[in-house]
Amino acid sequence: MYRRSDELGPQMNNRLALRIAVFGGVALALFAVLFFRLWFLQVLNGEKYLAEAKNNRTREFRVSAPRGKILDRNGNVIVSNRTSLALQVNPAKLPQAPRKRHAELAQLAELTHSSLPRLRKTMHEQLSLAAAAPVTLRRDVGDYLVYYLQENQDRFPGVSVQRVFVRRYPHGTLAAHILGNVGEVSEEQLKEPRYRGLQPGDEIGQDGVEDTYDRFLRGKAGITRTQVDAFGQPTRNGKLVSQPPVPGDNLRLSIDSKVQEAGEAAMAARGLRGGFVTMDVHSGEILALGSYPTYEPSVFTRPMTQAQVNELYRDEILAPLSDRAISGLYPTGSTFKPITAIAALESGNLTTSEVIEDSGQLEIGGEIFKNAGEAANGSVSLVSALEVSSDVFFYTLGDRMWNTGDLQRWAHALGIGRPTGIDLPGAAEGLLPSQHWRNQLYKEGETDRPWSAGDNVQLATGQGDLQTNPLQMAVAYAAIANGGTIVTPHVGLQVDDAAGRVLDEFHPGPRRHVRMDPAYREAILEGLHDAAQNGGGTSFDVFGSFPIPVAGKTGTAQRPPYPDQSWYGVLAPYPNPRIVTFVTMEEGGFGAEAAAPAAKTILEAYFAGRLSHEAESPQEGAG
Amino acid sequence: MYATRTRRARPEPFALRPGIAERLGLPYMDAALGFAAAGLVAFGVFTLGQATRHDIPGDPGYYVDRQAIYAVLGLAGMYLLARIDYSRFRELRVGIYTFLCAGVALVFVFGFAARGSRRAFELPLFSFQPSELGKLLLVLALAGFVIDGARRGSARQRTVRYLCLGFAPAALVFLQPDLGTSLVYGAITLAVMYVGGVRWTHFAVIGAALVALVALVLVVAPAIGTPVLKEYQQQRLTSFTHPSADPSDAGYQQNQAMIAVGSGGKTGRGDRATQTRLDFVPERHTDFIFAVIGERYGFLGAAFVLSLYALLIWRALRIVTLSKNSYGTLVAGGIAAMLLFQVFVNVGMNLGIMPITGIPLPLLSYGGSSVLATLLAVGVLQSIHMQARLSQKGRFAW
Repeated sequence: MYRRSDELGPQMNNRLALRIAVFGGVALALFAVLFFRLWFLQVLNGEKYLAEAKNNRTREFRVSAPRGKILDRNGNVIVSNRTSLALQVNPAKLPQAPRKRHAELAQLAELTHSSLPRLRKTMHEQLSLAAAAPVTLRRDVGDYLVYYLQENQDRFPGVSVQRVFVRRYPHGTLAAHILGNVGEVSEEQLKEPRYRGLQPGDEIGQDGVEDTYDRFLRGKAGITRTQVDAFGQPTRNGKLVSQPPVPGDNLRLSIDSKVQEAGEAAMAARGLRGGFVTMDVHSGEILALGSYPTYEPSVFTRPMTQAQVNELYRDEILAPLSDRAISGLYPTGSTFKPITAIAALESGNLTTSEVIEDSGQLEIGGEIFKNAGEAANGSVSLVSALEVSSDVFFYTLGDRMWNTGDLQRWAHALGIGRPTGIDLPGAAEGLLPSQHWRNQLYKEGETDRPWSAGDNVQLATGQGDLQTNPLQMAVAYAAIANGGTIVTPHVGLQVDDAAGRVLDEFHPGPRRHVRMDPAYREAILEGLHDAAQNGGGTSFDVFGSFPIPVAGKTGTAQRPPYPDQSWYGVLAPYPNPRIVTFVTMEEGGFGAEAAAPAAKTILEAYFAGRLSHEAESPQEGAG
Repeated sequence: MYATRTRRARPEPFALRPGIAERLGLPYMDAALGFAAAGLVAFGVFTLGQATRHDIPGDPGYYVDRQAIYAVLGLAGMYLLARIDYSRFRELRVGIYTFLCAGVALVFVFGFAARGSRRAFELPLFSFQPSELGKLLLVLALAGFVIDGARRGSARQRTVRYLCLGFAPAALVFLQPDLGTSLVYGAITLAVMYVGGVRWTHFAVIGAALVALVALVLVVAPAIGTPVLKEYQQQRLTSFTHPSADPSDAGYQQNQAMIAVGSGGKTGRGDRATQTRLDFVPERHTDFIFAVIGERYGFLGAAFVLSLYALLIWRALRIVTLSKNSYGTLVAGGIAAMLLFQVFVNVGMNLGIMPITGIPLPLLSYGGSSVLATLLAVGVLQSIHMQARLSQKGRFAW
């Protein structure tokens, strides 16, 4: 190009040349620094920064899965889902400055018709369970609020509206105690193996079948990876990988809505605290099970008011959440007599033909035990004793077995005072008083006297220290009816997928078998049938005109200082029962007064369906 | 000699009959310098086009169009300036200096505020930032003063005079507030003094004073409760020493820019770039455009850009040595220093080794005033080069 020799301008001298050279050296050094740094960042550490950049731009969103539906045995939906808009706050994205934070929270409190202290308390409670997880401030927020927040997004950093699935109960209170409720998994629960893989904020069944069958109903939350910008806002077309949520499977219960409804209505009609259960005597499938007072399960899907909390949790007498059918602890009155009868027969303390003189009262160990109503029934055998519910007859049996343990052995074998194995949480074990039990208490100074004949006499008629519930009694009656099989009562029938295909069936086998002489079974059932449908029977007024032959026993449990508790246990149809129904009503008085009519309502509902179905079938065949 | 033989054997054709190229003065211009400048501007416009497509909804070309218009204006200005003998600016030094100070000062009166600082005039089509053009004006004026005052006063007096002349506009710009540009003014002042022959001992004193000043401003002043710098300026200056992941922190931007550059790797992420596309890196079209280049085009692209800057500055330094007079030497030295300082501070800031000072990347950052001023500065360099070439031939411009 140009000639070098000419390039030095006239002004160049050695000193200037040195300065320019130093200048050039500095420039060279600076560029070397930049090049080296660039090499260091991009070539040597490129992978690391690429990972950081990728981490920067993606956020994982959990997409909750809808829980499976809960159906009755005929496929009627008892629990489904609805979507709800939930107002959530991400505490990490709230303004850091205390004043701004305060202002935003105060505004949110106002928008959600709450107060700032209450909102802070909600946040504190939820954060103590799951730190850094978004806090749900309110569910079921209205559209107007959603629009308002969307339009003013910049004023509410950290606030978002999420679609969540919420349980829907189309039949209101139906089967409330069986269903249980759904709630956020607690910190303790997260540590349990059965809840592995869940995250704070996920919902699980907290009671009832929602709890027992949670693993089927729960489904699997999906994950959506979304590309976000620096402000955490999802970008357009930013969905990267998504794992769709897997909806939970449907649970089909053995419950028959019609029977369940009838039972609940019958309980509500009397308005007495109590419980009922209807069970298949062969399979242990529960067709209906309920407790009164009941509650709306949907209250758990919304934030509760203090009044609701008080009503559900604080009232110890009404205790609407407790399921009296499985967790009640009651003496049973005369409904216990069939158990006494089988014990006496099998242990050789009674024959089916033995006649005992009932003079209306009996003196045992210096104590006089009287018949209810102080009636004298004359000469009674087992069948007639059951028919008229002769107390003296069973007092005698109790006295005969007072220290043999036969009554306890048989009652225990039939499931009284021990877990039934039902697939519902919260079932009570109960108490079967025995010689050993009382003597132990006496030794420990917990009671004033050892076991006496009187205790066994009380137990023989279902009074005294006995503590059981309708479910245990139903299992015992079922065993007598089916010839000695102790079934496992259950409400879960099968698991269906969304398309209705059966994925899993529950057939909990019998818990055990008890050898029972068929003649004894027949005698007892005959006595119970007479009690219900023979002219002099204790519940003839109720069941005398019932079109289906049944075998039923009244019970009147004494619970001083409270009024008597009404019981009724019934097997139908006689002589080969398919179902057993047990009803109890606290303070209901004589068995035939309160419990028996409710049991009849339940049976009517059960047989109405069956009869009409059976009537339709031939017509279809003819057509 | 080769040269002599050439001249004798085949006289240069334009010596007899000037062709189009010579009429345009192209043979006398520094082709490499022009290539570097034009290449950088083109690359800048291209990058802006890629990176800001979605910034203004409905107007994908918002930034690109404006930047391209200024680039064309700037290239035209560069050519025109190259054709003028820069030596005239020496005579106009007082006028230039007055214009510079007045322009920078008038911003306080008529300027519009952007993000808390008044830097620019709002004109119908564009906003004009006098402090950008001021960089070139300061070089032209200060070089004139240095040449003019070379024989007046003692060496110490001269040094103080130069410092004051440079300090006045720098202080005005600092008050706008525009810390970055005032630092550029300072660098220009020192560079012109350096090339102008101010003694090494004076530089040692100035250096010591600067260290003391920095300590005073960053440590002592805030401690006694009379901070000189705005809080955000202070944070930016110190935050590069501790990168942070907190978006509300000054160190966050730096960290994000570093991640952006690093994630580009060897060949870049192209349209899959996320750091600079999704707002993780702020000011991506202005101060952090180098991060965009780093992420989108990787080491290949970033090193290419750096190479163009190296070429630009090498040619500028070469022109320092070529100049036909001392004024040209000083002007070229000042411009070279101006470019070098801005490139190093801006790229260093993008690479996480320099503090965030708000200095744009010459020719690449979006901003009409900056592109225009830098291209005009390159035009002055071309003019020095052209005059040197012409003087060697014993011929003068038209």
